[in-house]
Amino acid sequence: MLMKLTGGKVYDPAHGVDGEVRDLYIRDGRIIAHPHGEAVSVDQEFDCRGKVIMSGAIDMHTHIGGGKVTIARNLLPEDHRNDPVARSGLKRAGAGHSASSTLTTGYRYAEMGYTAGFEPAVLPINARQAHMEMADVPLLDVGGYVMLGSDDFFLRLLSSGVDQEVINDYVAWTVHSSQCIGIKVVNPGGISAFKFNQRSLDLDEQHQYYGVTPRGILQSLTRAVHELGIPHPLHVHGCNLGVPGNIETTLNTISGVEGLPMHLTHIQFHSYGTEGDRKFSSGAAKIAEALNKNPNITVDVGQILFGQTVTASGDSMRQYANHGHAHPNKWVCMDIECDAGCGVVPFKYRDQNFVNALQWCIGLEIFLLAEDPWRIFLTTDHPNGAPFTTYPHLIRLLMDKTFRNDRLATISPDAAALSTLGSIDREYSLYEIAIMTRAGAARLLGLHDRGHLGAGAAADITVYTEQDDKEAMFTRPDYVFKDGELIVRKGEVVKIVWGNVHTVRPEFDRAGIESRLKPYFDRYHTMAMDNFVIRDWEIEDDGRSKILVHPCRGQA
Amino acid sequence: MSDTKTRVFERVPSPFCGIASDDLRISVDGQTVKVLDHGDPVTIAGFESPLTDRAPRLHGQEVSLETAISHIANRLKDSRLPVFSGFGSDVSEARAALSLIDRSRGIFDQMRAEAGLRNLLVLSDSGWMATTLAELKNRVDLLIIFGSDIEGPFPRFFERFIWNQETLFGADTSKREIVYLGTAPSGSQSTAPDGRKPQVIPCEMADLPLVAAAFSALAQGLKIKADTVGGIPTATLEGLVQRLKDSSYGVITWAAGQLDFPHAELTVQQMCKAIVAINQVTRCAALPLGGQDGDRTASQVASWISGFPTRVGYLQGFPEYDPYHYGAERLLLQGEADLLIWVSTLSTNPPPETTVPTVVVGRSGMVFSKEPEVFIPVGVPGIDFSGHMYRCDNVVALPLYQLRDGGLPKASDVLKAIEEAMGPTSS
Repeated sequence: MLMKLTGGKVYDPAHGVDGEVRDLYIRDGRIIAHPHGEAVSVDQEFDCRGKVIMSGAIDMHTHIGGGKVTIARNLLPEDHRNDPVARSGLKRAGAGHSASSTLTTGYRYAEMGYTAGFEPAVLPINARQAHMEMADVPLLDVGGYVMLGSDDFFLRLLSSGVDQEVINDYVAWTVHSSQCIGIKVVNPGGISAFKFNQRSLDLDEQHQYYGVTPRGILQSLTRAVHELGIPHPLHVHGCNLGVPGNIETTLNTISGVEGLPMHLTHIQFHSYGTEGDRKFSSGAAKIAEALNKNPNITVDVGQILFGQTVTASGDSMRQYANHGHAHPNKWVCMDIECDAGCGVVPFKYRDQNFVNALQWCIGLEIFLLAEDPWRIFLTTDHPNGAPFTTYPHLIRLLMDKTFRNDRLATISPDAAALSTLGSIDREYSLYEIAIMTRAGAARLLGLHDRGHLGAGAAADITVYTEQDDKEAMFTRPDYVFKDGELIVRKGEVVKIVWGNVHTVRPEFDRAGIESRLKPYFDRYHTMAMDNFVIRDWEIEDDGRSKILVHPCRGQA
Repeated sequence: MSDTKTRVFERVPSPFCGIASDDLRISVDGQTVKVLDHGDPVTIAGFESPLTDRAPRLHGQEVSLETAISHIANRLKDSRLPVFSGFGSDVSEARAALSLIDRSRGIFDQMRAEAGLRNLLVLSDSGWMATTLAELKNRVDLLIIFGSDIEGPFPRFFERFIWNQETLFGADTSKREIVYLGTAPSGSQSTAPDGRKPQVIPCEMADLPLVAAAFSALAQGLKIKADTVGGIPTATLEGLVQRLKDSSYGVITWAAGQLDFPHAELTVQQMCKAIVAINQVTRCAALPLGGQDGDRTASQVASWISGFPTRVGYLQGFPEYDPYHYGAERLLLQGEADLLIWVSTLSTNPPPETTVPTVVVGRSGMVFSKEPEVFIPVGVPGIDFSGHMYRCDNVVALPLYQLRDGGLPKASDVLKAIEEAMGPTSS
């Protein structure tokens, strides 16, 4: 079956295509080259004249599956009670504004033109749950970054001074066993330190039991990811999240990895200074400067937007410290399996609250001061800064200076006065939005056949009607195709398909590391190593999800 | 079925016990399953329960699977309010059931929800600080068991997590302190290897709410004027709070099913508040035990699919949570539900007796005091099929493996077939 998308304005930054009118052809779920010369018999044609075409959007950091999301659901029945979604058409029922049920999550993403989302905090021990939940997210490709750095096996290896090779094998074994595509570290060592009653752990502070520092952990893990050839750099949720003055820690973290690739996630929460009467100020300019100067660094923003949400994080140490801000006043912290932890704290960002309003400014300042859209990604750290459904609004804030300044005029005047936001003229272009939400994300994760519209790409495609109101434009695409199937028409789901699970499988010495791991599991864990490992059948046997393995550097 | 070759499986996870022991050695000889090593009364009963019924029955008469499925589909189409309960089952079965419940505008209620809600209502009202079994195994230095007996429902709890030979941090586990607050242990498993017995601070079950409230108040630094609380000297409770503060990693555990008195969630909440208060000075965590008969599995899957952990009704086309009105027992007693669909593949627990027409998709071997209208005997996840289950701490899901070919249908397939037989939703 040959499909043709005729006459759309195509934005395909991976190929330098910036709004050129082109025809696209799709066969067997893939984009194919223009079939010149052949007897072209198009089975189905979509008139895209006057419309904007991009590849399907990719959310590279969104908490859509795993234990902490379900804890958030159970913590906040009102989040679901206040936002019920009735069964309608092809869509099953669901609920939830900030921690929506899985089915609803998939429908909402697809209806906005997203075709992939990556869960950034997969605890190794909870990876099975993350995959089971994501298997119930329809229409969306998924993948996960598996969390290391506060697990006792790693900390024991690091503190015993083993060769980097052994660390690399363990990192590779974990990414295989958890069926993930990247490695994440959250408050390096801090989640473990909290179990020993340490209440903070700065970059060069020692873990009281293991004697290692966050800096050492970051160096070891960035090196492991790099040497294993995993495309996505180490995904770092740094120390001191949310602490005024943490800008210094963040800048030191950047210099600490000595040029190795590193991704700093939800950077907004790590860009706070201590200037001014309230000892809370924007560090955006310094962070953007560091980002612009260090080509090894990428960031996603973790923009906050005003309203009720819930913060769900692996960072039990910082979430515990922030529990006094819980709104409503209830929260969960967990220590988890000598592996990790989590903290779930509901939060209401208010535009008249000085700190919240300045957080809003800081995120936008970082977006607008970062020069290279290939190294910055559009996220709200869903649901921590705001639910992902706010993305069209966020895109408008970035693309429409008048709209942005109108909003700026409504927030806490004290915060607005301390921000440079009003003086920044930059407006993102459609091409830059396509980089941040598609091409750049695919490149960062090593998804060779996603995020672009060249021949051979998977036909994940979104077609919008160009509008001045970019929020409206990005809220309701005309068409969304997933692997060549039309799944959304005029913002309505017209077909249910199930996405792929994106993974990497770096090479490593399995026998070597398992000779250490097996006795470790037998002695200290509560399950056998063989039962910890997630096998392919566990993901694929229901006939819905399919595992895709992307090559690491050096692999064919 | 004459398979004379005995096969032996190692490291088999048990879907039957809430702590998901996964070190069982099991032999399968034809249809006969035997636990060779590491069995306990719960897992042996779970694995060794024999297959009996093989054919579906309608009004007591054997019928084809297709006939049974079509009958159930018609029943559901005619039903005003079907209630689905049981759910001693695995992840894929809960998933398939929730799809059918959504389609048929039914109600979902796990059979142990009444107990589970004593924890879930606390979670949704104030939250908690909790831990998991491996943290317990490696870190705990003071364990307080509140109002519960552990070794009856969790026979291997102490062996696996308290008197383990070694810990990650070099602790001498034989020095671990065990305190029973409220209830005395039913056996001697909490006795340390060196013969040291646990401390028991007894009180009547009826006094547990009072004791918990006093304990919480003391942990929060308040003074209590009374000399005794529920018969326990206030000084004893003060001493216990102080011991938690002096510990590195105290854990308070309970089995909510045993806190069988009205509004026990308020009592659980007091203990959780105490834990939060202790954490101002040291680390301390809750470990709500449970997980038997698939209760955690059901609540996890329900939560991610519907947004709510149990007692979810799709009456209006969208999920609604009502911990009181959507209890299956109440709906049946008061004649609000007109159809009971009982799905139970792990346990042979039969459905409650009711005058309402009853459909059972259940483990072969289930015995009924009153023959249900329809019975479809099915295989067991973890014996006849692969699958997944959650253990009590909600974090760890274990894979379940197929050990034999029982020749019985899979409940998830049956449930999907029923939904298919119902046809598309009429709009």
